[in-house]
Amino acid sequence: MNAAGREILAGNTRAAARLMRDLDDEIPAAIRTLKRLYRHTGRAYILGVTGAPGSGKSTLVNRITTHLRKRGKSVGIVAIDPTSPFSGGAILGDRIRMQQHALDEGVFIKSLATRGHLGGLSRSTIDIVNVMDAMGKDVILIETVGVGQDEVEIVKVAHTNLVLVVPGLGDDIQAIKAGILEIADIFVINKSDRDGADKAKREIETMVSMGIFKEGKWKPPVLSAVAATDEGTVELLEAVDRHQEYIYQEGNLLRYRREKARVELVEILKARLIEKAVSDLDAHGLLDPLLTEMAKKRLDPYTISEKVVDHSFAFHLLNGGKPASVKGRGNRR
Amino acid sequence: MATAKGKSVAATPKKAARKVRILVGKPGLDGHDRGAKIIARALRDAGVEVIYTGLHQTPEMIVSAAAQEDVDGIGLSILSGAHNYLFPRILQLLREKKMGDVVLFGGGIIPDDDIPKLVKKGVDRVFTPGTPIQEIVDYVNERIRPRK
Repeated sequence: MNAAGREILAGNTRAAARLMRDLDDEIPAAIRTLKRLYRHTGRAYILGVTGAPGSGKSTLVNRITTHLRKRGKSVGIVAIDPTSPFSGGAILGDRIRMQQHALDEGVFIKSLATRGHLGGLSRSTIDIVNVMDAMGKDVILIETVGVGQDEVEIVKVAHTNLVLVVPGLGDDIQAIKAGILEIADIFVINKSDRDGADKAKREIETMVSMGIFKEGKWKPPVLSAVAATDEGTVELLEAVDRHQEYIYQEGNLLRYRREKARVELVEILKARLIEKAVSDLDAHGLLDPLLTEMAKKRLDPYTISEKVVDHSFAFHLLNGGKPASVKGRGNRR
Repeated sequence: MATAKGKSVAATPKKAARKVRILVGKPGLDGHDRGAKIIARALRDAGVEVIYTGLHQTPEMIVSAAAQEDVDGIGLSILSGAHNYLFPRILQLLREKKMGDVVLFGGGIIPDDDIPKLVKKGVDRVFTPGTPIQEIVDYVNERIRPRK
């Protein structure tokens, strides 16, 4: 364990903050530290909060945090806002609603920009959750960007997913479409003091009841809340407790952990393989000629990709060997 | 990893350069944050990741947020007249937390006579009302670099 890793395990916020920034900025040395921290992860309970822009995610996260602190839990918050596709800049404003926790040593808030990553999270979110986990945070709240219908990456990262719905958005057909509404472990009808809240609740309940739930399977409850006044937060956390009990049942937890492991691996592989393939092509002086051929329509990207992939993998090197032998992969063309 | 620009694809998957991160906050009691929001927006358009913390911040809150967010600079809007307390206090807290490399700048209704004193204490730059936004953006671009 290096010095930074030791400080993070001891809960040093400054060291953790710097590592998180380095991970977000894809600094190679940060990955080395994270590798060492990885086996100290897996203790935190991860709670996802997602919903449309303005549905009250930050306000709810703030309320949940207050109640968790009353229970004596330490809390990490990862709040994600969108990056401008034009300038690459971002305004990260989720802290505004969480200022009451700004001086609480038991709460660590990290704001992230999507930096072009789709799916509702930043590419670095899993890494940063892992750092908070290693720091010893009991509960980690992930607030996604304001999402539409299809940004469902959170489902694979969090133990329990809260989906916020506000009154007045769409009809019951919206409610049976695929996507975001499928990922909820718990529905929260927020701003339920507004007109149409009962209708929204009924529609979601109807949608849930259309699903087929086998004996012993989790059926998402539909709760009402007004995050702005803290109404319904206690009941919401009780529902989270029940879902946690469900998750922690033998079998469920292992399945969850394997699914999360799969996502982590696939995401990291994706990034690494693309980087490796493109830079290798470039190093062999192949990239520019191939692109020119494509631009002239003499070659197609499907054929090139097939060739690249067929010549890139050497999985037999992983057989029985240590993961380190992956470095030796590369039966080049 | 996606790239919208027409640049060579070869250059993009390499290590992305760090983004500049700046905290924009409003310490003290006044409740007018239009100026701070305009600055936040202009910096966003200049490619900066702006952490906007909102109104009524104490120096302790600002420095704690700056530490957790690992920012390169802090920009404060102060219209309340308390600048001679707030700026030095934040500088002191930054030094205590060994965050002396974070650049502190600000603006607001600040008398000309006070500016040299604030600069002497370590405020990097003070902007007064009427400063064109572009001047502030140029200053940030030139002066604030992402940390190593």
